[in-house]
Amino acid sequence: MATKAQSAERSGTAVAGSDGVRRRDFLNVAAVSFAGVGTLAALAPLIVQMSPSADVLALASTEVDISKIQPGQGIKVSWRKQPVFVRNLTPKEIAEANAVPLSDLRDKQTLAERTKPGRANWLITLGVCTHLGCVPLGIGEGENRGPYGGYFCPCHGSMYDTAGRIRQGPAPLNLQVPDYKFTSATTVEIG
Amino acid sequence: MSFSWARPYEPKHPAMRWIDERLPLPRLVYGAIGGGYPVPRNLNYWWNFGVLAGIFLTIQIVTGIVLAMHFTASTDGAFNSVNQMLMRDVNAGWLLRYAHMNGASFFFLVTYIHIFRGLYYGSYKAPRELVWMLGLVIYLLMMATGFMGYVLPWGQMSYWGAQVITGFFSAFPLVGEPIRIWLLGGYAPDQAALTRFFSLHYLLPFVIAAVVILHIWALHIPGSSNPTGVDVKDEKDTLPFHPFYTAKDGWFAGAVLLFYALVTYFAPDYLGHPDNYIPANPLATPAHIVPEWYFWPFYAILRSFTVDFILPAKLWGVLAMFFSILLLFFLSWIDKSPVRSGSYRPVFKRFFWLLVIDVIILGYIGGAPINAWRVAVGQIAAAYYFLHFLVILPLVSAFETPLPLPNSITESVLHGEAAEAAPAGQKRPRRGSVATAG
Repeated sequence: MATKAQSAERSGTAVAGSDGVRRRDFLNVAAVSFAGVGTLAALAPLIVQMSPSADVLALASTEVDISKIQPGQGIKVSWRKQPVFVRNLTPKEIAEANAVPLSDLRDKQTLAERTKPGRANWLITLGVCTHLGCVPLGIGEGENRGPYGGYFCPCHGSMYDTAGRIRQGPAPLNLQVPDYKFTSATTVEIG
Repeated sequence: MSFSWARPYEPKHPAMRWIDERLPLPRLVYGAIGGGYPVPRNLNYWWNFGVLAGIFLTIQIVTGIVLAMHFTASTDGAFNSVNQMLMRDVNAGWLLRYAHMNGASFFFLVTYIHIFRGLYYGSYKAPRELVWMLGLVIYLLMMATGFMGYVLPWGQMSYWGAQVITGFFSAFPLVGEPIRIWLLGGYAPDQAALTRFFSLHYLLPFVIAAVVILHIWALHIPGSSNPTGVDVKDEKDTLPFHPFYTAKDGWFAGAVLLFYALVTYFAPDYLGHPDNYIPANPLATPAHIVPEWYFWPFYAILRSFTVDFILPAKLWGVLAMFFSILLLFFLSWIDKSPVRSGSYRPVFKRFFWLLVIDVIILGYIGGAPINAWRVAVGQIAAAYYFLHFLVILPLVSAFETPLPLPNSITESVLHGEAAEAAPAGQKRPRRGSVATAG
């Protein structure tokens, strides 16, 4: 009892509709698209599970007591499992950093841009070399500070000045300054 | 499989026939690594290293599965589970751990020889391009697996290796840092990274095994290459894989495994680094970070870029390092010479050995502490590496006059390759004196 149209469709020659799209084409595209979107949606949890989890993000800020750091000294604290250098610069180190013309720098920043107003002696940077993530030397007493008096990365020889700016070696950028604020005269909240 | 004279599988035992009729697995094995696979009769010892790589993959999987039974994938427990429990408490744990540690080195060693054999004898050329490319995929997977395995003991080198290698991604502008954080599941290597590396380190060897099957499958379509590079013409040119090459591979595997046992028993830490016996400390970097020896040439290329040029030096280094492997995928089209074997390509042969020396120099530079002259040497060697593939190889394949090829494998075996290489009518030179006969 098949109509002419049905039998033509069965033999795969039917051209239905004025736009030239057969009902079967539409169903095919719709079904495959639906399955495709569903597959992509199913991938989402597999991808986002790799991102930092809530417990990692919960450690995203840390408080530091800076009252005992004398000029010329510094401490290394842990923030998001990364070292942060908190350094109390001496007037001589500040003068050295300010004496460098910006044109000499690879990543052009002044010391003032890297510290908080009125607290130019507090240089707070990540202790993570911007080359490949090693911890530079120079924050501890007696460590090699390199020829620019700041930090020296032992891995590939990047040298930073007293403002934590890259001066020589493979690192492309200055030591990163994290978000922080002085919550009192002697405490800093990083993160 | 590949040749018409390949022996068909004839089950001897009724049980095997019963299985073969229902699932032709015995037939598959017979045709792949049994008497049903005809192999050129003139293979030299450089052709043993593929089988050896398979043996070391098996050793790594077997020892690795056992080690995983004793390993604790936590930042507090990993170091002790390896260095205390496995090395001291678990029965034979020290042996399994050292076997796995040195097994990785040997796996890479035989794979490097296998790769250089392919480079010398033109195994990447038509019709074996896919064999070569699948081999490179295996090699990339091996590198990922080796790197993640080295992180698991959570010593200082483990930790800082993970930091430096995931740091490669941060070289890419904008997307780099988010990708790095996503890969690590944190801002620095920590619990999340250790657990996922363990999971993937367990998974990837099985992926490698799967690609190895594809590699062998693709190889068995044209059949194995051979030292003359001349195609197999008839049955006289081949021998069945079993028993001829199983026997040869077997004895050679014995010799190499003896060497492997010597290293494992008497110098187990020779290829390792003492800093990895210090527990990971995220706040202090070892003075001299180096990856495992099998990454040294690439590490040298990475460190060769010291000056910004349009892009930052760091990004150049990372791009060059990735590109140094990626370009090998295009080798079949870079070297267009129709002659496969380096034995018949006098100019190519010299440059091949220069490349070997160059890679060894890169390896030395990559493993040594950095200083001014080493950077300079590394830069020259890295530049030469790219020069070889991008300039020298295309030019050589265009301008070189190759030596005459033997008419067939059989002829070269019966007369000696040196004689075949001499022009017709010339007095036959002594075996092995191709260069003077020129």
